[in-house]
Amino acid sequence: MLPSMIETDGLTKRLGGRTIVEDVTFRCDPGTVTGFLGPNGAGKTTTMRMLCGLSQPDGGRATILGGDYRALPNPGQRVGILLDASAQHAGRRGREVLAVSAQTIGVPERRADELLERVGLDASAGRKRVRQYSLGMRQRLGLAHALLGEPEVLILDEPANGLDPEGMRWMRELLRDFADRGGTVLLSSHLLREVEAVADRLVIIGHGRIAAQGTRDELLAGGGTVVRATDGVRLRSALDGAGLSARSQGDGGFLVDAEPEQVGHAALAGGVVLTALGPAEGAGLEQLFFDLTGNEAAHPAAAAADTPDLEPVR
Amino acid sequence: MSAIAAPSPAPAAAQRRPGLGRLTHVELRKMTDTRAGLWLLLATAGLTAAIVVIVCLAGDAGDRTFKNLLSAALQPVALLLPVAGILLVTSEWTQRTSLVTFALVPQRGRVLMAKLLAGCVLGVAATLLAVAVAGVATAIAASDADGVWSFSAGLFLQDLFYVVTAMITGIAFGALLLVSAPAIVLLYVLPTAWAAIGSLSFMQKPAEWLDSTQTLDPMTDRLLSGGEWARALVSLALWMALPLAAGWWRVRRTELR
Repeated sequence: MLPSMIETDGLTKRLGGRTIVEDVTFRCDPGTVTGFLGPNGAGKTTTMRMLCGLSQPDGGRATILGGDYRALPNPGQRVGILLDASAQHAGRRGREVLAVSAQTIGVPERRADELLERVGLDASAGRKRVRQYSLGMRQRLGLAHALLGEPEVLILDEPANGLDPEGMRWMRELLRDFADRGGTVLLSSHLLREVEAVADRLVIIGHGRIAAQGTRDELLAGGGTVVRATDGVRLRSALDGAGLSARSQGDGGFLVDAEPEQVGHAALAGGVVLTALGPAEGAGLEQLFFDLTGNEAAHPAAAAADTPDLEPVR
Repeated sequence: MSAIAAPSPAPAAAQRRPGLGRLTHVELRKMTDTRAGLWLLLATAGLTAAIVVIVCLAGDAGDRTFKNLLSAALQPVALLLPVAGILLVTSEWTQRTSLVTFALVPQRGRVLMAKLLAGCVLGVAATLLAVAVAGVATAIAASDADGVWSFSAGLFLQDLFYVVTAMITGIAFGALLLVSAPAIVLLYVLPTAWAAIGSLSFMQKPAEWLDSTQTLDPMTDRLLSGGEWARALVSLALWMALPLAAGWWRVRRTELR
């Protein structure tokens, strides 16, 4: 087995008598994208800051590239980090932000221009001060910043926040490409939809504890089958007749605790015309996520607005 | 060739930590690459020139000596430059760039050391600028009398000491408070507060040792006696070294959000 690039073991953090992160253990391997999912305030950001040596754990251990982050001689050339896209000096020009860091970690300043172009910020955007940037532009600048030192590992906290759908697809492709060439990506999000398309593995955290983790396929599988028919009543009796337990989804369809083939046989036996039949991908995961987030998941827009540390407060 | 980072085994450069010289250069850059920082430095330079012009125009002919003009030129430097020192530290917190700075250089003490060195470099540069301005003014405005150029190496070193300690004090206040406004207010209110406290009869004696405005005042005028040096160093221990030590501890220990 390849050595893991990011590893946490029983990571725990307490602040003001409250346990923010408790016994968090996971690992990220080369060539994979790991989605770190959880509602706001679940402990994602705190975990990531402990990974990057910015916050001291009260228990457990976080290692990157086999050791303590702070022991890396020049971490900017090994690990690309985007912890908060708004944490940039508002009065500094976009290109200068990259140039200052390029100088710090010892890469040529022209990397700043290359990366501005790579993340879709043109030269005029590079000349603008960060104050004038939209959140989406700040995320792009932050991603360029993370890529400056040609790192092997990327740690990104809510990088999709503020991106438009086109920007999100662009970022997914960039991260996929990075991982396919052997890189390791850990990205957090409070929205399941944002990461399920790109992540190979998912780590789901709620109230500071890991609620579930595994490959995306493992977690998305086992959700049962979704089925719809022209006649819902006859479908229900056909399913009952076959001894399959089904739950009405309220829109004429049913979520059946069985494989699609069994459901198809039941429909055939009952003589029902089906309009839809397929695996219910992620239904279980969505339910888990909903349980963690409470009402927030039902209103993703409200949840997105409720991320104070990603919005400029000044 | 693609511009995106290619995940590759660590290059040699990744094995070398950024040197203190490079970090100092970065800190100097950060002082000048924002509008606020640049204007503060330009304002300091402008005031330095202005105060020398004023002394030349308004002062007695006898005052127009190199030593007096340099002493005047150093006042805006010692007054405004520490604010650049404060901002060098506090802007990392108010603008939250500390997340980036300390992710790239996890040894926070090294970053602080680079800031102190950058402050010293700026202080020396500002002193040299003041020397140049005072020199030009002396050449133009001073009389032909003997002694207008009289100056000593010792006094020059005292001038450097005066400006550099002011700069370090600014950085120390910034590190101690981590917020710009209170640090700047404290820096400017302290001398006034001391003036008030020192006017109380029982505080007069301690103030002679603890009020840095009083102890450092002769620094640009004449060579200090041993006793005066002792007072200067005691007051600096209180207003520079102590805040610096506490600020150093705070910066290293504080949780980043």
